[in-house]
Amino acid sequence: MIEHLAALQVVIPLLCAPICMLVRYRDWAWIVALFGSWACLVISWLLLQQVIVGDPISYHMGNWAPPLGIEYRVDTVNAFVLLIVSAIGAVVTPYARESVRAEFGVNRVYLFYTSYMLCLCGLLGVTITGDAFNLFVFLEISSLSSYVLIAMGKDRRALTASYQYLVLGTIGATFIVIGIGLLYAETGTLNMEDLAKRLADQPLSRTVGAAFGFLVVGISLKLALFPLHLWLPNAYTYAPSVVSAFLAATATKVAVYVLLRFLFSIFNVKLSFGVMPLDTILLVLSVIAMFAASAVAIFQPDIKRMLAYSSVAQIGYMVLGISFANVNGIAAGIIHLFNHALMKGGMFLALGCVFYQIASVRLDDMAGLGKRMPWTMAAFVVGGLSLIGVPLTVGFVSKWYLVVGALDRGWWFAALLILLSSLLAVVYIWRVVEVAYLKPAPENAGDIEDAPPSMLIPTWILIGASVFFGINTDLTVGVAKQAAMQLLGAGG
Amino acid sequence: MAAVGLYNYWIVVFLMMAGFYIVIAHDNLVKKIVGLNIFQASVFVMYITFGKVQGGTAPIIADGVTTYSNPLPHVLILTAIVVGVATTALGLALVVRINEAYGTIEEDEIHDQDDDT
Amino acid sequence: MHSYLVLRVVAKLLMPFIMLFGLYVQFHGDFGPGGGFQAGVIFAAGFILYALIFGLKDAGKVLPRGILRFGIALGVLLFAGVGVYDMLVGGKYLDYSVMAQDPVHGQHLGILLVELGVGITVTSVMVMVFFTFARHRQTKGDD
Repeated sequence: MIEHLAALQVVIPLLCAPICMLVRYRDWAWIVALFGSWACLVISWLLLQQVIVGDPISYHMGNWAPPLGIEYRVDTVNAFVLLIVSAIGAVVTPYARESVRAEFGVNRVYLFYTSYMLCLCGLLGVTITGDAFNLFVFLEISSLSSYVLIAMGKDRRALTASYQYLVLGTIGATFIVIGIGLLYAETGTLNMEDLAKRLADQPLSRTVGAAFGFLVVGISLKLALFPLHLWLPNAYTYAPSVVSAFLAATATKVAVYVLLRFLFSIFNVKLSFGVMPLDTILLVLSVIAMFAASAVAIFQPDIKRMLAYSSVAQIGYMVLGISFANVNGIAAGIIHLFNHALMKGGMFLALGCVFYQIASVRLDDMAGLGKRMPWTMAAFVVGGLSLIGVPLTVGFVSKWYLVVGALDRGWWFAALLILLSSLLAVVYIWRVVEVAYLKPAPENAGDIEDAPPSMLIPTWILIGASVFFGINTDLTVGVAKQAAMQLLGAGG
Repeated sequence: MAAVGLYNYWIVVFLMMAGFYIVIAHDNLVKKIVGLNIFQASVFVMYITFGKVQGGTAPIIADGVTTYSNPLPHVLILTAIVVGVATTALGLALVVRINEAYGTIEEDEIHDQDDDT
Repeated sequence: MHSYLVLRVVAKLLMPFIMLFGLYVQFHGDFGPGGGFQAGVIFAAGFILYALIFGLKDAGKVLPRGILRFGIALGVLLFAGVGVYDMLVGGKYLDYSVMAQDPVHGQHLGILLVELGVGITVTSVMVMVFFTFARHRQTKGDD
């Protein structure tokens, strides 16, 4: 079966989704989802091992050879992203059992797992495919299922948040189809490798320029780049805890990968950053995102919303790395993609534990929680330290490489801004620490225990990983550098 | 006269802008979905347009015919239409539930209600 | 609900032809224009017409919710299952050529099954969407 790994990566969650729907009973659906997400993790690990040492894997769907047939292509870049997505999926599923039971109506639990598996299938498909139109289809599978997942939140504002996301997400997706269509009209191919070859051969035409614009705007909407991030805070705030954690850790990351793929592999560096002034645009937007979103985060009374704004800021760091367009910068972007998935996923899971016990994630209600739920809050604080970029956490590693990338490019002011914006993160994390540890618990608060182990252990796995990879950087930095060189090599 | 000959693209541009405008300018949630549909339909027309080969017939193999239109954009757009249908159904379902929860489908009234709580 | 005699008779007369046309489009997809998407929508249109004329209650008897839900899942499973079967007998995912003795036969069989899966899912989804919206309105009206 080893040759079929690339197809199985997508097929297994695709098969699990209808099975979840058929079994209906919630624990069985959970077991199916658990099997699916763990199988995906194993497959993505095996794929990564193969491509680190060898050539990229190319899998021809239906045995139709590319560029006519649909090709699944795995190289270091997307193997790493596949690992991130499936790892988060594998950690979130065990956590989901208790959390979903508490937050959903009993009858709808199996529908949650069905949508969750479809979302996983879509995200993995976007990452693995080597065909531009296939990418759009998978993007919509993941988006449509995530609208459903968000709308499952208990608060009625979840509905409006989901609606808003649906409208903006569809506009983004339609922009992407327009871009792909214009590229097809110009080159007559949809295979990414073939597209890159044909685009490199011909001079820049107006059609390609327009396609470039549509694609960049569409993808930026999906990855919530400032100022196109408006859907994100509401969506993450009102979605069920599990969904917030899963989407925050995966959906925007996959969109960042799509941006990398289009900018460097399909268009080349010369076009993206030479002919088009995209490096300046991305630099400015990402710096504004870092500061504006962090500043807004400071004033949020709802901690989930605070983390959502912080996500917008962190996406700014990733895009900033991309805008440097050198090996260290892109590597920093990819490292931060991985690291942010770990720490933000862990923090959202910790907040899910809080919500499970006190049914609120507002700052006022969290007074004295440091003593009442020590393990949960400790996880939150470690994640927060990582968000700030304290040494020995993953956050430090990504910021280090970002600064190196900025200096390589000669943009010392960008390096300075990275350090300055970290101070804002200190402020908003400190607010939580202050309330949770220094304020006494309210008088009328009943005795509560810490969250059940089935929720705490996944939380600590992510938080623990964010410390582990902060100390042992071989895997992340090694793979990310190899990936960055592949991206730049393919484009140059 | 080239600009007139490309009238398909003018229609595409008009539909695209009209749909986009409706999505942005209207407060009614159902109208927004309608706008979204027009926006997507313009893309369908665009794909079909550049699938046309001059003098080509429908891409079904037949005797005595040598030129066919390009069938690939048609297939692609069939997929995009299905995605569009799913999006519309989901969007309308959300609107129904929003109407139940808020008693209105006007965006500004929904915002007012949210601000009050 | 009023009983419009003409509508009822015409709808009953039309139903077999709609279904037959659906089947034609479904299975002609191998050789000409047609296939699961289109056929599924035609089938669904037939059932929706039935529901419009005879009411949701009767239509619900023809296609209960459980069957629709089963159909949605079954179609996807059939599609993905054909792919997995191809992998098991030594081809690539969705490589129909290995499904029978000679590749041409295999291609026919493969696309037939896949389109059948598509048809089942599309029919079920379209009818389900209609029923869900229509029932919603009805239960609300009763309050």
